[in-house]
Amino acid sequence: MAEEISRETFDHLVHLAALELEGQEAEYIRKQLNLQLKSVRELQSIPVGEDIPPARHGVPFPPEISAPPRKDEWLPCPVSDQIVKQAPQTEDRYFVVPEIPHTRLE
Amino acid sequence: MELCDLSALEITRLIKSRKASAVEVLESCLERMGAVDGRPGSIEPGEITSDDKQKVHAFIFSDSDAALEQAKAVDKAIHQGDDPGLLAGVPYTVKDIFCVEGTPSTAASKILANFIAPYTATPVERMQREGAVMLGKVNLDEFTFGSSTESSAFQPSTRNPWDPSTVPGGSSGGSTAAVAACEGALSLGTDTAGSIRQPAAFCGVVGFKPTYGRVSRYGLIAFASSLDCPGPVARDIPDTALMLQVISGRDPRDSTSVTLPVPDYLADMERGVKGIRIGLSPEYFQITYPDTETGELIVQQLPGEISTPVLKAAQVLKEMGAEIIENVPMPHTRYGIPAYFVISRVEAASNLHRFDGVKYGYRTKSRQEELSALYQKSRGEGFGRQPKLRILMGMYVSAAQYSEQYYNRALKIRSLIRKDFDDVFDPRGKYHLDALLTPTTPTPAFKMDAVYGDSVLMQYSDQLTVAANHAGVPGVSIPAGLSSEGLPLGIQFLASDYAESTLLRLGRAYELATQEEAWRKVRPQVLR
Repeated sequence: MAEEISRETFDHLVHLAALELEGQEAEYIRKQLNLQLKSVRELQSIPVGEDIPPARHGVPFPPEISAPPRKDEWLPCPVSDQIVKQAPQTEDRYFVVPEIPHTRLE
Repeated sequence: MELCDLSALEITRLIKSRKASAVEVLESCLERMGAVDGRPGSIEPGEITSDDKQKVHAFIFSDSDAALEQAKAVDKAIHQGDDPGLLAGVPYTVKDIFCVEGTPSTAASKILANFIAPYTATPVERMQREGAVMLGKVNLDEFTFGSSTESSAFQPSTRNPWDPSTVPGGSSGGSTAAVAACEGALSLGTDTAGSIRQPAAFCGVVGFKPTYGRVSRYGLIAFASSLDCPGPVARDIPDTALMLQVISGRDPRDSTSVTLPVPDYLADMERGVKGIRIGLSPEYFQITYPDTETGELIVQQLPGEISTPVLKAAQVLKEMGAEIIENVPMPHTRYGIPAYFVISRVEAASNLHRFDGVKYGYRTKSRQEELSALYQKSRGEGFGRQPKLRILMGMYVSAAQYSEQYYNRALKIRSLIRKDFDDVFDPRGKYHLDALLTPTTPTPAFKMDAVYGDSVLMQYSDQLTVAANHAGVPGVSIPAGLSSEGLPLGIQFLASDYAESTLLRLGRAYELATQEEAWRKVRPQVLR
């Protein structure tokens, strides 16, 4: 059976995921993904009717046991210095990054 | 027997009755660590030596000065007649997937190797408040992605104290190995597809996955937000109950934590098993694995070595008054791993998108002209192979043109997996069970390097544990014997939502009934 994820699709996924892979690593990962998809195909083997709801989590979350949303109160972050101190590059508590590509609009 | 070999409960009793000090207990643990652990995992490990291969390497980070301060504080409280807490002086470790203020909190990844957490996760905070003494952060699969701890960027990765040529399991391999080698009486792990229960089985300790929402996930670096469960690792059920008592309960900082009150687990544990209905399901006595040549999935009955401890346990519990119900159908068990390949990867891809080299963690040293190139280089260099595998699979199966076929279908199958549990636990249903009894893993601990390159085979080591994560129900793995090669074998109990007490009762009864058995007297190889 033809491989599901072609090199082209794979490269596109890598781009979407903002990753970078070198040759051998890329080929190994692409191969493993295709092997995993063989296992995933098991999911096709039973009918799944319209009446079955998608479950985003296992346990139900009725209001009786879930906390209500908290009050929308602004609280200052007590550890902002520790956070900013660890950033790779900062200036006046801004995080410094390279330029975002600009495109001239016609 | 050394102080470090004692249970958490025994340690608290000794300390509170002033027969030993917290500092003495700590010193015993530090000595044990020195004897068996070897060097901690590092992102620049150099060559792995033959001496390395004899040691446990549970730790990534430890700070004996900080631990000493904590132990001294406990001794001072006792001296002053103050309450030193439920876990007074108990040494413990924390899987390095939790933020603990002031410590490197790395997720065993290069991308967070330099990250010092500015805050502490709720379960750790609760243990600190009850007087426990943190020995350090222990190793895991990178971002908890794996079932052997081998994928850690911090090498040498953890080895199984029972046979250091084998894996401890994963992803909480550091936690279970540390507890098995008595480097700390307790450890805080996480379980997303079996990551507490499977390594607990491999290392001959108790590993408990609470119900989703029972323990707060605040401060846990997320893998799959709908599946992750923090939980205790210990050497016996009473210690497990004690730790569960401390870490459970509502947390306003985690909106998925439930408001249900926490029962008295230590009291509940002693209630015996008369009338408890335990199911045995044929679907849990078969295993699936991919053919090495074709990749086609083969289904086989479990070998006798794995199923025998389960059947023996059923007999033991029956003699203590439990009812055993056979042939309980759990028909959607076989979809657990395929559904997990989809659902967990989608959530992982989303949760790992925040690691971009901008605000914290690893940033590429190479000069980049453009922000998107900074992202690609930082993530490409910072992430190991397992995160990349998961992110890319997550991207694929959630892409617009495939999401109906993969992601939405997997979510519906998750409903069916959940329904299997609802049906058997339904008090008005045909089976009205209180628990299921199953093996924990399809095999005992496998050799280092034997499985690692095969991502499908590796994932299938979770096939008996993952359904509980999809359904959210609680489960526990307890030691139940040794294989013909002297490796631990685990059995698993699963119960309905928030029925942790049922699991503790069953585990406690089984421990009491088997406490004189010969295999309980055997110690891990590194301690002989």
